[in-house]
Amino acid sequence: MAVVGQVLRAEWVKIRSVRSTVWTLGTAVVVTVVLGVVICTLTRKDFDGMPEERRLAFDPTNMSFAGMGLGQLAMIVFGVLVVSNEYGTGMIRTSLAAVPQRGVFLFCKMLVATSLVFAVGLATSFAAFFAGQAALGGHRAHLGDPGVLRAVVGGALYMTMIALFSMAVATMLRSPMLSLGILMPFFFLISNILGNVSATRRIGRYLPDQAGSKIMQVVAPVNDETPYGPWGGFGIMAVWTVAALLVGYLLLDKRDA
Amino acid sequence: MIELMGLTKHYGDKVAVDGLTFTVRPGIVTGFLGPNGAGKSTTMRMVLGLDNPTAGAVRIYGRHYRQLKDPLRYVGALLDAKAMHGGRSAANHLLCLARSNGIPRTRVDEVLHLVGLTSVARKRSKGFSLGMGQRLGIAAALLGDPRILMFDEPVNGLDPEGIHWIRHLMKNLAAQGRTVFVSSHLMSEMALTAEHLVVIGQGRLLADTSMAEFIRQNSRSYVRLRSPDRERLLDVLHRAGVRAVAGRGGVLEVDGVPAERLGELAAAQQVVLHELSPQQASLEEAFMQLTAGAVEYHAHNGGRPGPGRGMPPRPVVPERALSGGAPPGGWGAGWQRKRS
Repeated sequence: MAVVGQVLRAEWVKIRSVRSTVWTLGTAVVVTVVLGVVICTLTRKDFDGMPEERRLAFDPTNMSFAGMGLGQLAMIVFGVLVVSNEYGTGMIRTSLAAVPQRGVFLFCKMLVATSLVFAVGLATSFAAFFAGQAALGGHRAHLGDPGVLRAVVGGALYMTMIALFSMAVATMLRSPMLSLGILMPFFFLISNILGNVSATRRIGRYLPDQAGSKIMQVVAPVNDETPYGPWGGFGIMAVWTVAALLVGYLLLDKRDA
Repeated sequence: MIELMGLTKHYGDKVAVDGLTFTVRPGIVTGFLGPNGAGKSTTMRMVLGLDNPTAGAVRIYGRHYRQLKDPLRYVGALLDAKAMHGGRSAANHLLCLARSNGIPRTRVDEVLHLVGLTSVARKRSKGFSLGMGQRLGIAAALLGDPRILMFDEPVNGLDPEGIHWIRHLMKNLAAQGRTVFVSSHLMSEMALTAEHLVVIGQGRLLADTSMAEFIRQNSRSYVRLRSPDRERLLDVLHRAGVRAVAGRGGVLEVDGVPAERLGELAAAQQVVLHELSPQQASLEEAFMQLTAGAVEYHAHNGGRPGPGRGMPPRPVVPERALSGGAPPGGWGAGWQRKRS
């Protein structure tokens, strides 16, 4: 459809012409890679002092993604801003007057932003992996080892899905403050607490980020009883995202701009 | 051409737009007039498919806005000068709109030149003055070279030079055969630009008439007389068969008799005059009377005390307007007769 092509190009102009794109994605790359290297360096120094069982379950690949927990917050900010920039400024009325087919509008915006995030995520993921492995020295994993390439590409997929989920939530809520106020504490604190406290772990592991981050694991932790594999976990995250997108689309289509 | 058919919008219990039916025709500037909160902006948003009507429909050349392919080539609208991302440059703002409707990039430079923003094309619109923002909004409206242009309160906050520019622009666009639909809450502004008038109050259609007809019906001319010997002057006029009405501050007002004749009458009877001046009732006054009727209608029949939301307090109807029984214009009166 010719219209989709036009709108994709329009959304590309939009996304490349605001500064928030550069600084949010830039922050995500730097934080993820640098923090990963720092943690890998510290781990190498501590490795010999670690208990036997932790050494056996040591996952060097996943270790290099240790910065992802913080880096994903910048991805969330990016996702939220891509959508709420429209609402915060009143631009949404200009945009929807230009593209009144709201489904097309939303699809194109999401596709452009998601493609960009995936490209940046892929670069981040590989950079974090190679830098992290270099820092781990002798304990390192190799890209050719079983499951490692999947985990590294998975890191990019995970970042992409987090950003897309944030875009969907922002489409529902419109306000950047409200969206960030819910997403940031949820992914940084609440989800971690629910996933690590034994009483709530059974529920916590079905939350989008807990399930999705499984794709970045190569070696399962000791006593791991997670009922899904890497792709299963990612699938759970995708279901969350698709559901959020659907609600976002229905709201956008129905309400007054 | 824009056709509104029974267009209605409710926000909860509030009726913002109430059964509007009218047509905006090409080749002329159509003024869309109403006090603040009358439903002008809501109506315009519904034309663009931004707000969904509760009932009724809008057709643009027979089609719904959402059915238009590349709508910016059909309708250009300036709704809100701030409806843009402040961090984006003027050129990029226009470029993303152009891309979305398959408009060539060269057109962006053309419209920037047209509105006089070429020198700040690369600047972020955050730093723009209200007038520059308004110009950028107009550039966006002109981008697709549309047959229909819609401007919501375009002169708000502009300096005299900017106001002058917009008036000329609107007239030129209409002269090229385009449909120009422009809202305002100022009658005086419309009198200068619009050839046709659509007046609404509280979401209801109050008038749909040509400007010339509105002026003819509503601008009453009369002569004002002031004399230290008011009683004798009244007597003289009465004997000559001239009907005078008491105005404010002890003046007398006479309808339909030329000032020359009144002066001669007074001179013949040696009545001293301190004032003898032909007057023209303003269109603003006629407009206020018209919309005041809408408020009154709601206050009496809707059981709502006092003026409605966002409406200015009901203006005091000048005494002279009541002298002849019905208001001179007949628009408000005619409308009220129809409704009650």
